[in-house]
Amino acid sequence: MNDLVKDWSSDVSTFKIRWSKAMMWIFLISDTFIFGTFLISYMAIRLTVVDSWPDTSQVFALHVGGTDVPLLLIAIMTFILISSSGTMAIAVNAANKKDKRKTGIFMLLTVLGGIAFVSMQAFEWTKLIVDEGIRPWGNDFGAQQFGSFFFMITGFHGLHVLIGVIYLSIVSKRVLAGRYDGIDDYQIVEVAGLYWHFVDLVWVFIFAFFYLW
Amino acid sequence: MNDDTNFKHPSFYPKAEPDNSHPISFYLIAWLVLFILSALSYYIDYVNLEGMVRWVLITILALLKAGLIVSVFMHLAWERVALIYTILLPPILLIVMLAIFANDGNAINVLRYSLS
Repeated sequence: MNDLVKDWSSDVSTFKIRWSKAMMWIFLISDTFIFGTFLISYMAIRLTVVDSWPDTSQVFALHVGGTDVPLLLIAIMTFILISSSGTMAIAVNAANKKDKRKTGIFMLLTVLGGIAFVSMQAFEWTKLIVDEGIRPWGNDFGAQQFGSFFFMITGFHGLHVLIGVIYLSIVSKRVLAGRYDGIDDYQIVEVAGLYWHFVDLVWVFIFAFFYLW
Repeated sequence: MNDDTNFKHPSFYPKAEPDNSHPISFYLIAWLVLFILSALSYYIDYVNLEGMVRWVLITILALLKAGLIVSVFMHLAWERVALIYTILLPPILLIVMLAIFANDGNAINVLRYSLS
């Protein structure tokens, strides 16, 4: 608490971090509100729909070896995203130690995880739209509103993953090319990492409240 | 004048950047815990827990995972207190909004049953 008062009252820069990191945090707070309002509107509608809400473990079941395994694909996607967050944390750690090669390699592993995630999401959407006929305005499983919330929330999250994949590819290419050598202590890797961990963080709540609830 | 009130003394200002050099094993453990927590929340669906037990467990597991990601992976636990408060206080508004709409949804249902 003493530090808090000193930081705000000492008549110098309050946060004492690089502006890029401060701005990324500000952006992530605003993004928190976007996804927060998405999930709250989903809750408000789901509380009041007249028809029963579709059973997600039935809708998202994957047919493997003759039986339906509930939510299998979603579970795999969750583990992939968590793993990519882990590799990103290792990349940031390597960047702090100025290990250029290791930073680049682990960022590329993170990018691979992101690509796998988006591909599986594309597969999931295709299956839902083509095979099960789920539309934003209706479906065969229950409440009509299910489709619009599903496509809006997972679509917006998937877009974040896709942007993260592009963002991390550019940064990792530049790290490996030596563009950040000697300047800025590879802080940009940490900033990119914040974005990626946030995407993982949002997925935790989507997984819990949309798929599992 | 002691260091605590001497504004010009360097020790008045805490270190500019937090020490971020944890060993790799530290992150691997966080990773493993996230895996276990995810597996547990998937297991809740797999064994078909229903009702309040399911909702409470899902919420607790989600909050644990979120806390782990934010504090360890995003390094918030080692940031300055001023930054931590700037980041964690605004989302309280979301909880207020959640309460308002939960109440509203409940009111709609009560109205619907009282009219039918």
